[in-house]
Amino acid sequence: MTRLLATADDRLPLPRVDGRIIDAIHQSGLVGRGGAGFPTAIKWRAVADRSRGNAVIVVNGAEGEPRSEKDRLLMTTRPHLMLDGAFIAARVLKARRILLYIGERHESARQSMLRALGQRDEPERALVSFAAAPARYVAGAEMAAIHFLNEGIATPTTTPPYPFERGVDGVPTLVQNVETLARVALIARGTPADTALITLAGAVRQPGVVEVPSGTTLGEALRLGGGATESPRAVLVGGYFGSWMEPRVAWPAALDRDLRLGCGVIGVLPASRCPVCETAGIMRYLASESSAQCGPCFFGLRALADASSRIAEHGSSADDLRRLQRWATEVRGRGACKHPDGAVTFLASALTVFANEFAQHEAHEAREVQLSA
Amino acid sequence: MSRSFTLTIDRIKCDGRGLCAELLPELIRLDEWGYPIIASGAIPEHLLPLAQRAVDDCPVLALALRRADRKQ
Ligand SMILES: Cc1cc2nc3c(=O)[nH]c(=O)nc-3n(C[C@H](O)[C@H](O)[C@H](O)COP(=O)(O)O)c2cc1C
Ligand code: SF4
Repeated sequence: MTRLLATADDRLPLPRVDGRIIDAIHQSGLVGRGGAGFPTAIKWRAVADRSRGNAVIVVNGAEGEPRSEKDRLLMTTRPHLMLDGAFIAARVLKARRILLYIGERHESARQSMLRALGQRDEPERALVSFAAAPARYVAGAEMAAIHFLNEGIATPTTTPPYPFERGVDGVPTLVQNVETLARVALIARGTPADTALITLAGAVRQPGVVEVPSGTTLGEALRLGGGATESPRAVLVGGYFGSWMEPRVAWPAALDRDLRLGCGVIGVLPASRCPVCETAGIMRYLASESSAQCGPCFFGLRALADASSRIAEHGSSADDLRRLQRWATEVRGRGACKHPDGAVTFLASALTVFANEFAQHEAHEAREVQLSA
Repeated sequence: MSRSFTLTIDRIKCDGRGLCAELLPELIRLDEWGYPIIASGAIPEHLLPLAQRAVDDCPVLALALRRADRKQ
């Protein structure tokens, strides 16, 4: 079995590729690993159809998800593999620029990419430039990345135009996550990695990144991380845009087949922590990370965070619970980007999985929270 | 040949003036903060003129009519 992390990061000659690589990507079933899970081949076709030798490839290494570590790990340990993916994209999509958009706090990742790039040939080096993604959650959203690269402002803009129509410099643009591109490189070499790359967080003995074969259950992956440190109350699958799940449902689920992995973060909430406080803390974070451009996102997420905090701090209230339910439905789909959708997906799962806790919550001393940023 | 249209909003431009909900309450209501919530689906034929009026009158040009892909 090929693995992403265990692949030697030697500089292999770039595989000869042409448009057929898009069919291979399609057949591999590869979907984006930045969170949205969009089929990669469809994105490539959209850019290929429009590129006139001027397309732009944006490598999304913003990794703004607070608990995620996998993109940094790949950039630090497999920079050449990732560069291969980007150069393959540039060749197939006839791009004239590659932009490495790396989180401004991810300094060792940037250093590693710089070093690797220095070992490449001049024609390849000439294609690439670096940009530092501001350390804000929304800066990693693809329209925010494009806005930043064009105008230095890392807030999303309205679609259409979509990146494949008019992105960086107004030309067709592919925005692709670091891990997705590394996987493309392996597909081009004929050795696709049939694995899931996940970051274990929260109440687990050895938090961090693990790579597991397709079909591995969540329980098995957690055992690779030494298991839960104490009896778990719930697990957050897919980071802050993901969903809470009951342990008995999540443990036997195959990571890549049964779950929406999103950005790949698996967070374990122990039974000793208060799920309501935890949820309120994460909602507060997501509300504060709104780029405040769209009313329903700015006001809606703030109201949702306020109502969650009221329940956490003053105890349950039927009125607030009703508001949470209603707003969680109303806010969806009403932002220029998917930030509000991610936040209400997360909240709706909390209201389901922690229904009893939310209904019976009593005011208590603020407790330390486990997964909040 | 009948065409079908939907209403779309530029969420960044929209600043919650609320005119659209006044002109077209059949399809647009406002949330707690004054921002429009649009009924899903194609606009019924008889409401198209009013929808066009709402689009034309939006003070920040945030509202638009868009051709929906015809289903049948
Ligand atoms: C609020 C928000 C934040 C995001 N942050 C990131 C990020 O940090 N890194 C990333 O790769 N994708 C992020 N995304 C997803 C990107 O918009 C985009 O879908 C992705 O980079 C495309 O690459 P992929 O198809 O390979 O996943 C974010 C999306 C949203 C809505
Ligand atoms: S939906 Fe929220 S985060 Fe996205 S652009 Fe609008 S205000 Fe910003």
